[in-house]
Amino acid sequence: MTAPFGRRACEVTESRASGGYRIFSLLDADGPEPRPGQFYMLAAESHWEERAGRPFLPRAFSVADLEPAGDGIRLDFLVEGIGPGTDRLCALEPGERVWVNGPLGNAFSAPKELSPDAAGAILVGGGIGIAPLALLRRRLAAGNVPARVLLGFRDQAHRGGLDDLFACCEVALASDDGHVGHHGHVTDLLARMLAGEDAESAAVYACGPPPMLDAVAALCAEREVACELAMEAPMACGFGACFGCAVPGHGGGYMRLCVDGPVVRVG
Amino acid sequence: MINASGTFDAIAARRVYGDALLDEFPFSAFVSKTITPEPRVGNEPQRIWETPAGMINSIGLPNKGLEGFLAEDLPQLAELPVPLIVSVMATDHDDFKRMVGALDERDEVTAFELNVSCPNVHSGLIVGERPEEALALLEALRPLTRKPLIVKLTPNVASPADVAVAAEEGGADAVSLINTLKASAIDPTSGKPGIAAGHGGLSGPAIRAIAIAQVRAVAEAVSVAVVGMGGISSGEDAAEMLAAGAHLVAVGTESFRDPRAGSRIAAELSERSARPT
Repeated sequence: MTAPFGRRACEVTESRASGGYRIFSLLDADGPEPRPGQFYMLAAESHWEERAGRPFLPRAFSVADLEPAGDGIRLDFLVEGIGPGTDRLCALEPGERVWVNGPLGNAFSAPKELSPDAAGAILVGGGIGIAPLALLRRRLAAGNVPARVLLGFRDQAHRGGLDDLFACCEVALASDDGHVGHHGHVTDLLARMLAGEDAESAAVYACGPPPMLDAVAALCAEREVACELAMEAPMACGFGACFGCAVPGHGGGYMRLCVDGPVVRVG
Repeated sequence: MINASGTFDAIAARRVYGDALLDEFPFSAFVSKTITPEPRVGNEPQRIWETPAGMINSIGLPNKGLEGFLAEDLPQLAELPVPLIVSVMATDHDDFKRMVGALDERDEVTAFELNVSCPNVHSGLIVGERPEEALALLEALRPLTRKPLIVKLTPNVASPADVAVAAEEGGADAVSLINTLKASAIDPTSGKPGIAAGHGGLSGPAIRAIAIAQVRAVAEAVSVAVVGMGGISSGEDAAEMLAAGAHLVAVGTESFRDPRAGSRIAAELSERSARPT
């Protein structure tokens, strides 16, 4: 299913605090259901460009959760205010409208597509990167695919989204400050898990800060475990027009993360 | 309403949006991303940086090269429901001639835009900055094709009108302006450049007033057609550009924010003209 051509205005139905983050919901009356890993370009319809002409460009967000609603689909997004664009999205109130372009990009593969031997999935998320994994976990659960979830956070405030998006499943936690779970990196938990006997029968899916993704890719390469990473890059358009989101490609040169990603297979 | 070169990839957009793109194509002619004689991978990231009411880019003309374009892209672009203008750039006259010669033979190509103004590649050519160089290039290319030649002017000179006059004298059918303005950004926290290349080209509404001034000066100096662009994001902006002397208006950065900006702005413009004053 392709995205509707152009941007459309969707109403904000809810916005709530979740730790140091916010989760806001949009009612999309026109778009197809997104697949886990896909993203949308979002910009508030009003009060965009109001801080000395910024934010100017729309911002890319993976969908964290969705629910069919009476007259469309409810799309949930996890956001942390770290600049003019995310600050504005954090301030959204129900009834306001947001320009939506999407769903865009590719999606996570099924474990069997990644590796014919895969009996289950390991999901590794860091910080705000837990968002696309939340939707993936729900899809895997619906398909009776066993999934183990490892999430890492900086500190208590950055555990936003955890209780909201992963409320119904068992999660192993790591935190940089040791306030909860393993005191250290979430990749320590992954290393331990991959050292187990059944490691080869898993497919790993990860999203988080670049050093975390590098560590996940290295661990999976070492253990010869199939792996997909959901990546991020500065992006002006989301549909292949601006060539801003270039990342190194498999065959040398660069690829556009918006149309050839954001999910990238490694190993 | 047409697109500014390098701001809309119709092939990628068709992958994303499907045939709805063809049914509701937002431009009345399509200008390709600039092609060069040999393939280019483009510049190292980070390539873009948001600025007040605009953005800086340093993409570096990634493209498949002439052969790749002819074999892979041209057949797909020929399926668009509008005329195709191919943007070309080379570092010497021979390469320019090779490209124009090869593309002239293809019926799918309606016109050429000569990109002599990209701020993000070291072309070795200063065609866009010196009237005499522009004249020499046009004199070399004009005999090779009867198709319209549009010269894309740089705004990064003291007098774009002087270059436009030289292009007209050399036989150009039209000039288009403005390309992006040379610009930089520095992350105030790290002190590092926002763009890996150190600088890039500024676009968006931030440059519109400069575009209006330059289009006006060029339109007064030449009698060939002028394609006006630079920060156009509404019908009102397009009306201002036409009032400055442009015969045709192009949309660039606004398409990043609104993929249908071209048709939206055209509709806003005709609504304005229909309105009683």
